[in-house]
Amino acid sequence: MKIRNKTEGVKNELQMTSMIDIVFLLLVFFIMTFKIVEQEGDFNIKMPLAKENQNSQSDPLDIVLKVRMESDANGGLQRMRLNERELGTDFSMLRAAVIEMVNAGGGPVEGEDGPEVEIDADYNLRYEYTIEAISMVTGEKRGKETIKLVDKIKFAPTRRPN
Amino acid sequence: MRVKSAKPEIVEGDLTPMIDMTFQLIAFFMVLINFSQTEANERVQLPSSELARPPEGEIESPIIIHVASDGTAIIGTEEFSVDTLRPILSRELSVLKADGKTAEDANIIIRAHKDAATGKAQEIISVCQEVGFENFLLRAKEQL
Repeated sequence: MKIRNKTEGVKNELQMTSMIDIVFLLLVFFIMTFKIVEQEGDFNIKMPLAKENQNSQSDPLDIVLKVRMESDANGGLQRMRLNERELGTDFSMLRAAVIEMVNAGGGPVEGEDGPEVEIDADYNLRYEYTIEAISMVTGEKRGKETIKLVDKIKFAPTRRPN
Repeated sequence: MRVKSAKPEIVEGDLTPMIDMTFQLIAFFMVLINFSQTEANERVQLPSSELARPPEGEIESPIIIHVASDGTAIIGTEEFSVDTLRPILSRELSVLKADGKTAEDANIIIRAHKDAATGKAQEIISVCQEVGFENFLLRAKEQL
Protein backbone atom coordinates (compact mmCIF):
# COMPACT_ATOMS: atom_id res chain seq x y z
CA MET A 1 0.00 0.00 0.00
CA LYS A 2 2.63 2.48 1.03
CA ILE A 3 4.88 1.92 -1.96
CA ARG A 4 2.00 2.12 -4.34
CA ASN A 5 0.88 5.45 -2.99
CA LYS A 6 4.31 6.95 -3.47
CA THR A 7 4.69 5.96 -7.09
CA GLU A 8 1.22 7.22 -7.89
CA GLY A 9 1.80 10.61 -6.23
CA VAL A 10 4.88 11.58 -8.24
CA LYS A 11 3.30 13.68 -10.91
CA ASN A 12 5.44 16.50 -12.25
CA GLU A 13 3.04 19.38 -12.68
CA LEU A 14 4.22 22.77 -13.93
CA GLN A 15 3.47 25.62 -11.56
CA MET A 16 1.07 27.70 -13.64
CA THR A 17 -0.08 30.20 -11.05
CA SER A 18 2.83 32.64 -11.23
CA MET A 19 2.96 32.57 -14.99
CA ILE A 20 -0.74 33.27 -15.30
CA ASP A 21 -0.38 36.09 -12.80
CA ILE A 22 2.27 37.75 -14.91
CA VAL A 23 0.48 37.09 -18.16
CA PHE A 24 -2.69 38.68 -16.84
CA LEU A 25 -0.75 41.67 -15.57
CA LEU A 26 0.74 42.13 -19.03
CA LEU A 27 -2.65 41.75 -20.60
CA VAL A 28 -4.20 44.34 -18.30
CA PHE A 29 -1.33 46.72 -19.00
CA PHE A 30 -1.74 46.47 -22.75
CA ILE A 31 -5.50 46.80 -22.58
CA MET A 32 -5.24 49.89 -20.41
CA THR A 33 -2.70 51.59 -22.65
CA PHE A 34 -4.53 50.62 -25.80
CA LYS A 35 -5.97 53.51 -27.70
CA ILE A 36 -7.65 53.21 -31.01
CA VAL A 37 -5.71 55.57 -33.20
CA GLU A 38 -7.53 57.09 -36.09
CA GLN A 39 -5.59 57.47 -39.24
CA GLU A 40 -4.75 61.04 -39.97
CA GLY A 41 -4.12 62.74 -43.24
CA ASP A 42 -3.10 66.11 -44.53
CA PHE A 43 -4.16 68.72 -47.01
CA ASN A 44 -1.21 70.39 -48.60
CA ILE A 45 -1.30 74.12 -48.83
CA LYS A 46 1.54 76.08 -50.29
CA MET A 47 1.12 79.68 -49.35
CA PRO A 48 4.18 81.90 -49.53
CA LEU A 49 3.59 85.39 -48.26
CA ALA A 50 4.96 87.43 -51.14
CA LYS A 51 3.44 85.36 -53.90
CA GLU A 52 0.05 85.57 -52.33
CA ASN A 53 -0.09 89.31 -52.95
CA GLN A 54 1.20 88.91 -56.48
CA ASN A 55 -1.38 86.33 -57.33
CA SER A 56 -4.31 88.33 -56.18
CA GLN A 57 -3.25 91.43 -58.04
CA SER A 58 -1.18 90.73 -61.11
CA ASP A 59 -2.27 87.31 -62.24
CA PRO A 60 -5.78 87.59 -63.59
CA LEU A 61 -5.18 84.72 -66.00
CA ASP A 62 -5.40 82.19 -63.22
CA ILE A 63 -8.86 80.84 -62.83
CA VAL A 64 -9.48 81.59 -59.22
CA LEU A 65 -12.44 79.96 -57.64
CA LYS A 66 -13.48 81.88 -54.62
CA VAL A 67 -15.35 80.04 -51.93
CA ARG A 68 -16.93 82.50 -49.58
CA MET A 69 -18.21 80.98 -46.36
CA GLU A 70 -20.33 82.97 -43.99
CA SER A 71 -20.91 81.95 -40.42
CA ASP A 72 -23.54 82.74 -37.85
CA ALA A 73 -22.72 83.99 -34.37
CA ASN A 74 -21.98 80.52 -33.04
CA GLY A 75 -19.58 79.58 -35.79
CA GLY A 76 -22.09 77.49 -37.69
CA LEU A 77 -22.20 77.66 -41.43
CA GLN A 78 -24.83 80.08 -42.70
CA ARG A 79 -24.24 80.07 -46.40
CA MET A 80 -21.60 79.51 -49.04
CA ARG A 81 -20.88 81.12 -52.34
CA LEU A 82 -18.64 79.92 -55.12
CA ASN A 83 -17.71 83.06 -56.98
CA GLU A 84 -21.18 84.57 -57.38
CA ARG A 85 -23.12 81.35 -57.14
CA GLU A 86 -25.19 80.77 -54.04
CA LEU A 87 -24.78 77.30 -52.60
CA GLY A 88 -26.59 77.50 -49.31
CA THR A 89 -25.07 75.12 -46.81
CA ASP A 90 -24.92 72.15 -49.12
CA PHE A 91 -21.39 70.87 -49.55
CA SER A 92 -22.34 68.45 -52.31
CA MET A 93 -23.48 71.45 -54.35
CA LEU A 94 -20.09 73.01 -53.81
CA ARG A 95 -18.44 69.88 -55.14
CA ALA A 96 -20.78 69.73 -58.12
CA ALA A 97 -20.06 73.36 -58.93
CA VAL A 98 -16.32 72.83 -58.65
CA ILE A 99 -16.49 69.74 -60.88
CA GLU A 100 -18.43 71.75 -63.44
CA MET A 101 -15.91 74.59 -63.42
CA VAL A 102 -12.90 72.28 -63.52
CA ASN A 103 -14.38 70.38 -66.46
CA ALA A 104 -15.11 73.65 -68.23
CA GLY A 105 -11.43 74.51 -67.83
CA GLY A 106 -10.37 71.30 -69.55
CA GLY A 107 -10.41 68.75 -66.76
CA PRO A 108 -8.24 68.52 -63.69
CA VAL A 109 -4.66 69.61 -64.15
CA GLU A 110 -2.04 68.41 -61.74
CA GLY A 111 0.69 70.57 -60.36
CA GLU A 112 1.22 74.28 -60.70
CA ASP A 113 -0.98 75.01 -63.69
CA GLY A 114 -4.34 73.94 -62.37
CA PRO A 115 -7.08 76.16 -61.13
CA GLU A 116 -6.77 77.65 -57.71
CA VAL A 117 -9.33 77.83 -54.98
CA GLU A 118 -9.37 80.60 -52.48
CA ILE A 119 -11.13 79.93 -49.23
CA ASP A 120 -12.60 83.07 -47.79
CA ALA A 121 -14.20 82.20 -44.49
CA ASP A 122 -15.63 84.29 -41.71
CA TYR A 123 -13.44 84.60 -38.66
CA ASN A 124 -15.72 82.65 -36.37
CA LEU A 125 -16.52 79.85 -38.73
CA ARG A 126 -15.77 76.52 -37.18
CA TYR A 127 -12.68 74.87 -38.58
CA GLU A 128 -14.48 71.65 -39.43
CA TYR A 129 -16.53 73.47 -42.07
CA THR A 130 -13.38 74.88 -43.61
CA ILE A 131 -11.84 71.42 -43.78
CA GLU A 132 -15.07 70.07 -45.23
CA ALA A 133 -15.01 72.72 -47.94
CA ILE A 134 -11.34 72.06 -48.65
CA SER A 135 -11.96 68.35 -49.01
CA MET A 136 -14.92 69.04 -51.28
CA VAL A 137 -12.82 71.10 -53.67
CA THR A 138 -9.66 68.98 -53.59
CA GLY A 139 -11.27 65.86 -54.88
CA GLU A 140 -13.91 63.26 -54.78
CA LYS A 141 -13.86 59.74 -53.52
CA ARG A 142 -15.59 57.22 -55.70
CA GLY A 143 -15.35 53.84 -54.11
CA LYS A 144 -11.66 53.23 -53.56
CA GLU A 145 -10.49 55.74 -56.08
CA THR A 146 -9.92 59.39 -55.43
CA ILE A 147 -10.46 61.82 -58.24
CA LYS A 148 -8.45 64.98 -57.94
CA LEU A 149 -10.13 68.25 -58.71
CA VAL A 150 -8.13 71.19 -57.49
CA ASP A 151 -4.59 70.97 -56.24
CA LYS A 152 -3.94 74.55 -55.25
CA ILE A 153 -5.70 75.97 -52.28
CA LYS A 154 -5.08 79.19 -50.49
CA PHE A 155 -6.71 81.26 -47.84
CA ALA A 156 -7.99 84.75 -48.34
CA PRO A 157 -6.75 87.30 -45.82
CA THR A 158 -8.22 86.82 -42.37
CA ARG A 159 -11.49 88.58 -41.73
CA ARG A 160 -11.00 90.00 -38.30
CA PRO A 161 -14.18 90.87 -36.45
CA ASN A 162 -14.59 94.57 -35.84
CA MET B 1 -9.55 0.85 -1.83
CA ARG B 2 -12.20 2.28 -4.04
CA VAL B 3 -13.39 4.79 -1.51
CA LYS B 4 -9.86 5.84 -0.68
CA SER B 5 -8.74 6.58 -4.24
CA ALA B 6 -11.77 8.70 -4.99
CA LYS B 7 -11.16 11.02 -2.03
CA PRO B 8 -7.82 12.85 -2.58
CA GLU B 9 -8.36 13.66 -6.25
CA ILE B 10 -7.76 17.35 -7.02
CA VAL B 11 -9.91 18.61 -9.82
CA GLU B 12 -7.70 20.58 -12.21
CA GLY B 13 -9.11 22.42 -15.14
CA ASP B 14 -7.23 22.38 -18.40
CA LEU B 15 -5.47 25.71 -18.61
CA THR B 16 -3.98 25.32 -22.06
CA PRO B 17 -6.73 27.01 -24.13
CA MET B 18 -6.94 29.92 -21.75
CA ILE B 19 -3.20 30.50 -21.86
CA ASP B 20 -3.28 30.23 -25.63
CA MET B 21 -5.95 32.88 -25.84
CA THR B 22 -4.26 35.14 -23.33
CA PHE B 23 -0.98 35.02 -25.20
CA GLN B 24 -2.77 35.79 -28.41
CA LEU B 25 -4.42 38.79 -26.82
CA ILE B 26 -1.10 40.00 -25.47
CA ALA B 27 0.52 39.61 -28.85
CA PHE B 28 -2.35 41.53 -30.45
CA PHE B 29 -2.10 44.46 -28.08
CA MET B 30 1.67 44.51 -28.23
CA VAL B 31 1.63 44.80 -31.99
CA LEU B 32 -0.99 47.54 -31.99
CA ILE B 33 0.57 49.62 -29.27
CA ASN B 34 3.43 50.64 -31.55
CA PHE B 35 1.12 52.66 -33.72
CA SER B 36 0.13 55.10 -31.03
CA GLN B 37 1.10 58.55 -32.08
CA THR B 38 3.27 60.76 -30.00
CA GLU B 39 2.24 63.88 -31.85
CA ALA B 40 -1.35 63.88 -30.71
CA ASN B 41 -2.63 66.36 -28.19
CA GLU B 42 -5.56 65.65 -25.95
CA ARG B 43 -6.95 69.16 -26.35
CA VAL B 44 -7.31 68.76 -30.08
CA GLN B 45 -10.09 66.84 -31.74
CA LEU B 46 -9.42 66.86 -35.43
CA PRO B 47 -12.13 67.45 -37.99
CA SER B 48 -12.78 64.47 -40.19
CA SER B 49 -12.52 64.32 -43.92
CA GLU B 50 -12.97 61.51 -46.38
CA LEU B 51 -10.01 62.67 -48.43
CA ALA B 52 -7.53 62.84 -45.61
CA ARG B 53 -4.99 60.23 -46.51
CA PRO B 54 -2.01 59.34 -44.36
CA PRO B 55 1.08 60.94 -45.84
CA GLU B 56 3.25 58.83 -48.08
CA GLY B 57 6.74 58.84 -46.75
CA GLU B 58 8.07 61.02 -44.04
CA ILE B 59 7.24 64.69 -43.83
CA GLU B 60 10.35 66.78 -44.09
CA SER B 61 11.26 68.91 -41.06
CA PRO B 62 7.79 68.98 -39.57
CA ILE B 63 6.73 71.58 -37.08
CA ILE B 64 3.48 70.64 -35.43
CA ILE B 65 1.21 73.39 -34.20
CA HIS B 66 -1.87 72.29 -32.32
CA VAL B 67 -4.75 74.72 -32.19
CA ALA B 68 -7.10 74.14 -29.27
CA SER B 69 -10.78 74.95 -29.53
CA ASP B 70 -10.26 78.37 -27.91
CA GLY B 71 -7.59 79.26 -30.45
CA THR B 72 -4.55 78.64 -28.24
CA ALA B 73 -1.59 77.45 -30.24
CA ILE B 74 0.37 74.60 -28.69
CA ILE B 75 3.85 73.66 -29.83
CA GLY B 76 5.30 70.76 -27.92
CA THR B 77 3.92 71.36 -24.47
CA GLU B 78 4.07 75.14 -24.47
CA GLU B 79 1.04 77.29 -25.11
CA PHE B 80 1.10 80.42 -27.19
CA SER B 81 -1.32 83.01 -28.39
CA VAL B 82 -1.15 84.42 -31.90
CA ASP B 83 0.91 87.35 -30.62
CA THR B 84 3.48 85.29 -28.76
CA LEU B 85 3.98 82.74 -31.49
CA ARG B 86 6.57 84.62 -33.48
CA PRO B 87 9.62 84.17 -31.18
CA ILE B 88 9.32 80.40 -31.04
CA LEU B 89 8.84 80.17 -34.79
CA SER B 90 11.93 82.30 -35.34
CA ARG B 91 13.74 79.96 -32.99
CA GLU B 92 12.58 76.95 -34.98
CA LEU B 93 13.75 78.70 -38.12
CA SER B 94 17.22 79.34 -36.73
CA VAL B 95 17.43 75.67 -35.71
CA LEU B 96 16.55 74.74 -39.29
CA LYS B 97 19.10 77.14 -40.69
CA ALA B 98 21.76 75.66 -38.42
CA ASP B 99 20.93 72.34 -40.08
CA GLY B 100 21.48 73.87 -43.48
CA LYS B 101 17.81 74.05 -44.37
CA THR B 102 15.62 76.97 -45.28
CA ALA B 103 12.11 77.89 -44.24
CA GLU B 104 10.86 76.57 -47.57
CA ASP B 105 11.95 73.06 -46.68
CA ALA B 106 9.96 72.99 -43.49
CA ASN B 107 6.40 71.79 -43.25
CA ILE B 108 4.07 73.33 -40.73
CA ILE B 109 1.48 70.82 -39.65
CA ILE B 110 -1.63 72.55 -38.39
CA ARG B 111 -3.64 70.30 -36.12
CA ALA B 112 -6.62 72.43 -35.30
CA HIS B 113 -9.59 71.44 -33.19
CA LYS B 114 -12.75 71.02 -35.22
CA ASP B 115 -14.56 73.72 -33.24
CA ALA B 116 -11.72 76.22 -33.38
CA ALA B 117 -12.41 79.43 -35.27
CA THR B 118 -11.07 79.37 -38.81
CA GLY B 119 -9.80 82.90 -38.29
CA LYS B 120 -7.56 81.74 -35.46
CA ALA B 121 -6.01 79.07 -37.65
CA GLN B 122 -5.60 81.62 -40.42
CA GLU B 123 -3.89 84.06 -38.07
CA ILE B 124 -1.48 81.35 -36.97
CA ILE B 125 -0.78 80.54 -40.61
CA SER B 126 -0.11 84.18 -41.40
CA VAL B 127 2.32 84.49 -38.49
CA CYS B 128 4.16 81.48 -39.94
CA GLN B 129 4.13 83.12 -43.35
CA GLU B 130 5.59 86.29 -41.95
CA VAL B 131 8.41 84.31 -40.38
CA GLY B 132 9.04 82.73 -43.78
CA PHE B 133 7.36 79.35 -43.79
CA GLU B 134 5.27 78.51 -46.78
CA ASN B 135 4.35 74.85 -46.70
CA PHE B 136 1.35 74.03 -44.59
CA LEU B 137 -0.37 70.77 -43.94
CA LEU B 138 -3.86 70.95 -42.55
CA ARG B 139 -4.41 67.77 -40.68
CA ALA B 140 -7.70 65.95 -40.52
CA LYS B 141 -8.63 62.51 -39.42
CA GLU B 142 -9.64 59.92 -41.91
CA GLN B 143 -13.34 59.37 -42.23
CA LEU B 144 -14.22 55.75 -42.75
